Amino acid sequence: MDEIRELYQEVILDHNKHPHNFRSMENADAVLEGFNPLCGDHYTFYLRFEDDAIAEVSFEGSGCAISKASASIMSAVLQGKSREEADVLFELFTGIVTGKLDPVEHLEKLGKLAAFAGVAEFPVRVKCATLPWHTMHGALHGSDSQISTE
Amino acid sequence: MTPTILNDATAPAVQKEHASGSFDAVKVREDFPILTQRVHGKPLVYLDSAASTQKPRAVLDTMQRFYAEQYSNVHRGVHQLSQVATDLYEDARRTVQRFINAEREEEIIFVRGTTEAINLVAQTFGRRELGTGDEVVVSAMEHHANIVPWQMICQERGAVLRVIPMNDHGELDLDAYADLLGPRTKIVAVTHVSNALGSINPVREMIRIAHERDIPVLVDGAQSAQHLPIDVRQLDCDFFTLSGHKMYGPTGIGVLYGKKALLDRMPPYQGGGDMILSVTFEKTTYNEVPFKFEAGTPDIAGAIGFAAALTYLRSFDIHEILAHEKDVLQYATETLSGIDALRIVGTAEEKASVLSFTLCAIHPHDIGTILDQHGIAIRAGHHCAQPVMQRFGIPATARASFAMYNTREDVDRLAEGIEQVLEVFT
Ligand SMILES: Cc1ncc(COP(=O)(O)O)c(C=O)c1O
Repeated sequence: MDEIRELYQEVILDHNKHPHNFRSMENADAVLEGFNPLCGDHYTFYLRFEDDAIAEVSFEGSGCAISKASASIMSAVLQGKSREEADVLFELFTGIVTGKLDPVEHLEKLGKLAAFAGVAEFPVRVKCATLPWHTMHGALHGSDSQISTE
Repeated sequence: MTPTILNDATAPAVQKEHASGSFDAVKVREDFPILTQRVHGKPLVYLDSAASTQKPRAVLDTMQRFYAEQYSNVHRGVHQLSQVATDLYEDARRTVQRFINAEREEEIIFVRGTTEAINLVAQTFGRRELGTGDEVVVSAMEHHANIVPWQMICQERGAVLRVIPMNDHGELDLDAYADLLGPRTKIVAVTHVSNALGSINPVREMIRIAHERDIPVLVDGAQSAQHLPIDVRQLDCDFFTLSGHKMYGPTGIGVLYGKKALLDRMPPYQGGGDMILSVTFEKTTYNEVPFKFEAGTPDIAGAIGFAAALTYLRSFDIHEILAHEKDVLQYATETLSGIDALRIVGTAEEKASVLSFTLCAIHPHDIGTILDQHGIAIRAGHHCAQPVMQRFGIPATARASFAMYNTREDVDRLAEGIEQVLEVFT
């Protein structure tokens, strides 16, 4: 049960229940779909830029607690970040949840994202956590098609 | 007992080694080595048999012995081992023939499983019979394996896929079905038991209705033959499919049953060795059925292992297995219905061994992960039946499925696990 509590941290459960920025966006500069065909997680992400920074992120859709909390926290964390900062966070986040990076060494940069460290113990759930990030990454780097985990 | 769902078939009488009057699932469990495992430190509760069943020792030993002592290719050599292997392989065909009470052994074609069986029929029968504007009728509760192969051939031939609707319980609308059938309908393809909902479809009645209009019927038996007695002659189905791995047999082997008259008229599926009588660069003469449809070296060990699984199954009285599985399903239905937040998806009058559910807003993947930590293996997702999920307006379900080795204790563990899930999420 301890591992389950590690995975489903309070922060994650809270964001799952009350996701932040959970809405569509009319004046979005980028709209991208993220889809996990294995479990049916399906989100649409909206990004709005001001100058070269991310002014606003929002999302809609449905999926498991891990993917929804990940999307919610990502949408909050990215607000006001430059594209370069977003890329750094993308690398950091995917490194942590795949177990390639040690969260303890990056606690400061991770902030709330540290809540996802427990995902590394659950290989089949890594894609749930990374789906929003991969989709956002695609949007920042000019992909205009649906991002799929497969 | 008088199982009401047996209107479709009755098993031919055979001598039952285990038929003592009361089926003992606890004893059966001893035949399945994997069931003694611990998962995350907890005794394994395996509730994913609709995806694939575990294997009894009889199957493992038979396959081990075949490779260690009897192995060779089939239908080719003049040497002793080739003869032994060929005999075992052809015996396996007759074991399947008896199991489903087919009239002739040539009607049993070994394939990889239900998926390949349906693709075979779609690509041979379908390609020959379907023209522009013709129709293929499937149901709203099909597995993707009984949708996509038909879509592919329909697209190629300009034909149309029509869908039999179902009600909110997961029961097919037979009036709508009868109305769907018309002069353009070339085949009906319907699942016997739904893998996502557990519904047992009244296939015998559906076949009768189709035959009144001379329309052949394929029955997807992937989820039925391990639970219900199957008699293809009594059903009068034109095609029937089996997946060995869902019937306590190995992966990679399954069967297409087809009426010989139909099989004879169908063109071959794949070309290669074994499916020919003679080959020159100008002309090839095809072999007879079943070999016409078995190009290349088949899964010999798989077929022999599958036959061992069927022999194992037949050492019990299928009606007793059925009664036991019904009891476990009913107990599970009652137990889980007592959980407020839980909604059972698929509440047909006639059901077999599948319990799909949702748990308030908790995603099935989260349910699956937490249950797994308690040693309980269930399936979470759309179960390769996305149209079913769409019909019920849900993205996915959690699914517990039962086999002969499951017990009421397994259900109790599941119920405890679900309480733990609720605890994490509230
Ligand atoms: C109803 C049904 N049809 C077809 C299939 C496909 O069977 P296989 O994967 O063995 O080819 C399945 C397997 O899940 C099934 O449940």
